Amino acid sequence: MTSTLELKADKMLKVQFVGDDDVLNHILDREGGPKIKKERAQLLVNTQKIIKKPENELEEDDQEVLKDHNYVEVLGQDVQESLKNGSATDGGNKVYPFQNRKHPEKMAKLASELAKTPRKSVSLNMKNDPKITIDIPQCSKGHSSSDKSQLKNNDKSEFLSTAPRGLRKRLIVPRSHSDSESEYSASNSEDDEGVAQEYEEDTNEDILSQKIQAQNREVSAPVFRETPSKKMKREKTSHLVEKYFEAHSSSKVLTSDRTLQKLKRAKLDQQTLHNLLSKVSPSFSAELKQLNQQHEQLFHKWMLQLHLGFNIVLYGLGSKRDLLERFRTTMLQDCIHIVINGFFPGISVKSVLNSVTEVLDHVGTFRSVLDQLEWITNKFKEVWDHAKQSLYNWLWYETTTYSHYTEETSYENSLLVKQSGSLPLSSLIHVLRSLTPNARGIFRLLIKYQLDNQDNPSYTGLCFQDFYQQCREAFLVNSDLTLRAQLTEFRDHKLIRTKKGTDGVEYLLIPVDNGILTDFLENEEEEL
Amino acid sequence: MYLKPKPLNKLKLRFETYQLIWQQMKSETERLQEELNKNLFDSLVEFLQTSHSGLWKNSKDWSCEIKLREIPTAALVLGVNVTDHDLTLRSLTEVLQNNVTPYVVSLQAKDCPDMKHFLQKLVSQLMDCKVDVQSKEKESVQVIQKNVHYSMDSLSAWYMSVTQKTDPKMPRKKRTSSSQWQSPPVVLILKDMESFTTKVLQDFIIISSQHLHEFPLILIFGIATSPVVIHRLLPHAVSSLLCIELFQSLSCKEHLTTVLDKLLLTTQFPFKLSEKVLQILTNIFLYHDFSIQNFIKGLQLSLLEHFYSQPLSVLCCNLPEAKRRIRFLSANQCENIRRLPSFRRYVEKQSSEKQVALLTSDKFLKEETQSLLENLHVYHKNYFLVLRCLHQFTSSLPKYPLGRQIRELYCMCLEKSIWDSEEYASVLQLLRLLAKDELMAMLQNCFKLFQSSSGKELGNTAKRIEEFLAQFQSLDETKEEEDTSQSQSKGLQKTDLYHLQKSLLEMKELRSTSKRQTKFEVLREQVVSFVDSLVREYLLPPDTQPLHETLYFSSAHTLRQHLNAAPRIALHTALNNPYYYLKNEALRSEEGCIPNVAPDICIAYKLHLECSRLINLVDWSEAFATVVTAAEKMDANSVTSEERNEIIHARFIRAVSELELLGFIKPTKQKTDHVARLTWGGC
Repeated sequence: MTSTLELKADKMLKVQFVGDDDVLNHILDREGGPKIKKERAQLLVNTQKIIKKPENELEEDDQEVLKDHNYVEVLGQDVQESLKNGSATDGGNKVYPFQNRKHPEKMAKLASELAKTPRKSVSLNMKNDPKITIDIPQCSKGHSSSDKSQLKNNDKSEFLSTAPRGLRKRLIVPRSHSDSESEYSASNSEDDEGVAQEYEEDTNEDILSQKIQAQNREVSAPVFRETPSKKMKREKTSHLVEKYFEAHSSSKVLTSDRTLQKLKRAKLDQQTLHNLLSKVSPSFSAELKQLNQQHEQLFHKWMLQLHLGFNIVLYGLGSKRDLLERFRTTMLQDCIHIVINGFFPGISVKSVLNSVTEVLDHVGTFRSVLDQLEWITNKFKEVWDHAKQSLYNWLWYETTTYSHYTEETSYENSLLVKQSGSLPLSSLIHVLRSLTPNARGIFRLLIKYQLDNQDNPSYTGLCFQDFYQQCREAFLVNSDLTLRAQLTEFRDHKLIRTKKGTDGVEYLLIPVDNGILTDFLENEEEEL
Repeated sequence: MYLKPKPLNKLKLRFETYQLIWQQMKSETERLQEELNKNLFDSLVEFLQTSHSGLWKNSKDWSCEIKLREIPTAALVLGVNVTDHDLTLRSLTEVLQNNVTPYVVSLQAKDCPDMKHFLQKLVSQLMDCKVDVQSKEKESVQVIQKNVHYSMDSLSAWYMSVTQKTDPKMPRKKRTSSSQWQSPPVVLILKDMESFTTKVLQDFIIISSQHLHEFPLILIFGIATSPVVIHRLLPHAVSSLLCIELFQSLSCKEHLTTVLDKLLLTTQFPFKLSEKVLQILTNIFLYHDFSIQNFIKGLQLSLLEHFYSQPLSVLCCNLPEAKRRIRFLSANQCENIRRLPSFRRYVEKQSSEKQVALLTSDKFLKEETQSLLENLHVYHKNYFLVLRCLHQFTSSLPKYPLGRQIRELYCMCLEKSIWDSEEYASVLQLLRLLAKDELMAMLQNCFKLFQSSSGKELGNTAKRIEEFLAQFQSLDETKEEEDTSQSQSKGLQKTDLYHLQKSLLEMKELRSTSKRQTKFEVLREQVVSFVDSLVREYLLPPDTQPLHETLYFSSAHTLRQHLNAAPRIALHTALNNPYYYLKNEALRSEEGCIPNVAPDICIAYKLHLECSRLINLVDWSEAFATVVTAAEKMDANSVTSEERNEIIHARFIRAVSELELLGFIKPTKQKTDHVARLTWGGC
């Protein structure tokens, strides 16, 4: 849209230019005097307007098209009126632009920045401070505070000589990268390695510090470039597509290879997590309470609107569960209502309908979901008329609460960090202990085989025949049948999964993380 | 004890007023809808009747089999406002059931992924139609419904049985009520023709065309795009089995214009929208959905908000009732009136004695309010008349400087004094260039407008216009004298910029220097200044009127927030700038940064923005710990460092899980202990 408008503007300008010149000359020849001049100016404006219009005539609804920017204005206009809504403060275009290639170190860097200036906002030109580079290794090394202060006082060269080699390498990577104005240009890992190697050959520290300074200057540049301005926006759109593919082009993503396995406290179960979190004193509780109270003042309004056939959507950051619960307990006591927890993983149409019918005191079962729906509709016809029922009159309410999604997240296996880790290991040990030594041996064979193949991306599992052969050689089974019986037992415990390959052969796979399997083997060996 | 029920009463009154006005508006829109659809439905009904009778005639003499195989089809182009289709088609069904046949079935593409479901739906709905008509046969029908193997054969068998069963039962009745035919046709409405799978459509058409002689089917296609889609969906072999006639529903924009005209540009309903609100509603309509229903829903919400938030909205009712209510206003309400900005402005303009009286005496205030409210009423009456009159003049000017639609003009007039705008100046300029016949046509229209109204003050206006018209007519007789003016206006006809400007300048100069104007020009000038004076007198923006707050809903922000919310931006703001919501000074920060005391999720979010597609959890958690440790140090040092680390780690886990729930990251198997980012962009 902007482009068309600008196009029009261009055309207008052109018209004005030619007209001005000629007419001016022409008129000034014949008549002078300030009065005429004034009128001429006014007239020019008008004629220009008349002339510009035929250009738009091509479009059927030119008025609407022309109004397009008005629309944006109007929709963005009232932000100042109320501070309640967070919308549009960032004008939309800043929300999710396409990303630049980022480097793993950047996060550490930002972290140290944030850490460095407690209680105070970090302005971006802090990046020019050479000390920041010193903080990077500190955060990847550990968090002992004594270390940190010590390091801060050290000068640059001292740090460099003490820092482990790996870290130095990690340090240098982003630097060399932005040296070549690379934020936007395509980059790949070979580059980095090359430069890193170059550095390792050349241990001259002076060069390094130069590089650091150079990099610091470079870093600040793109930051300022990102301030949104209209011109920029236009430019950006043209590169959007390119950037998307750039971000997705290389299959290689540059991240460090460290794993949680090496961190001792990586594995927490739901209970410990809960216990630990309960020790944290909540911050900003006064402000949060106030926010919640603001939302609660809307309860009556919601009630009214619900009664009048509107439906309500709540959005914004933070769990709305408590808020809704309060709404339910305070306002909905006398109404029939159903609470459906969308975050519950097993939710389905069927279960929703079931709960609805349950509320409406239905006895018996339904043959199909459709029947059920029909019944519900009939029931509801007594309450709502059809037209209203088919309309979802959504009204949007922003209720940003910053509450933690405690309940919501606890149902999901989302706690990728821990739950999936600690539970299987304990259950694995538990189940296997209840098995015969032979069965354990069989399982161990499978684990070993899977671990041997863990670097093979196309590994689909151990073929049954091979497995049988191996088990026989280890004197674990004496017949095909015993192995099958054993496998059935494993399968029942969800310890293995079988998959039919393309050739019709059965492949066996343990659906457990390899890291856990390693731990399990270590455990077993300790016990033996 | 006495005071308590009073405000409650007021609330109830407000709510009742809302209900009343809304009901009126709603029935008005429904009436409009019906009226607008009437033409379309009439022609459709006519089509169905003729096509069916033709079908029946043909089927009697079995000779022309080719003709028989053509299914009469109405292609109904409904336009892109898909949300409104349902309503239109529903009322169409009703009309058809009343006028043509009880067997009207409508199917949606999503119910019919294949032929089996298609037929199943068709049969079950058909039999439901029957049940509605004759509840006596309920049991038998329901038995069939459950066990039948659905096929076209069974369908036509059913149709035969039903029509034959009913025929002997009430032969007399049938013949009198729907005399045209013995057996009513079956009308099948495909609501969203574009979304049906080609195969299902083709199969169905081929099969049913073969059964047409025993199963008189008529199709109605609901089309959102263009009729070409029929030929794209159906190959020639299939489409040749259809006898298609095209019907076009009213464009939704015209629909909107009518709705606005009848609901807002009228004194019938006291409730009015402010410029911004109207702009938002029309913009949502024009740029989002073209849905009249959504527009009306927006209107309803505005009405509700108005009555909910404005205590003085009790006065938003018809004038006599409002006057009555003013008499019963409580002291509190009187205070509310005094607090209205528009009323305060009004008071300031009054003499000091009157000021005192208005501010101290409730009785005097009430009397004044009554007269002010009456003024407001008169103001609106004149306003809309003059608005329409101005629209007559501006709507046909080249390139519509004040908009083509009256709603655009209305918006501009609501916003500010229109005569201050550049566009208005150019309108006057253009009016001064109008030819006589154009000007006269416009005056004629205005004359009709004013004549139809019964306004007292504007009665003069109609007379003035009549006089102008007479003068123009008399000009005709003295035409010969004005050769000079003729040549001049010819010069104006040239479209060349250069010449136009030149002649304009010359004309201007002529006018200012010499009095050698033609009679026509003098008259035209008079008309223009007459229109100008009308506009200046009557099209004052509403916010200049005292008490306008009682009738105008102006909280555009609320409306936008509820109808056109931006949840992603809200989320972004909450994560990036917690100060915006929490208002704690510790959180105040510059653009693009967050303080390290911010909520955990904000910190985790901020850190994750620094990563590319994959994020290493270890790095992330360490970075997180660094930030949080720095923030913690200020607070308490009581806990041992190992425990503190554990707690921090737990907080990190919580933050990450929350981000996952919000959809910013997801677990990935590409690399151990990594998560993938799902959003594009960074800080």
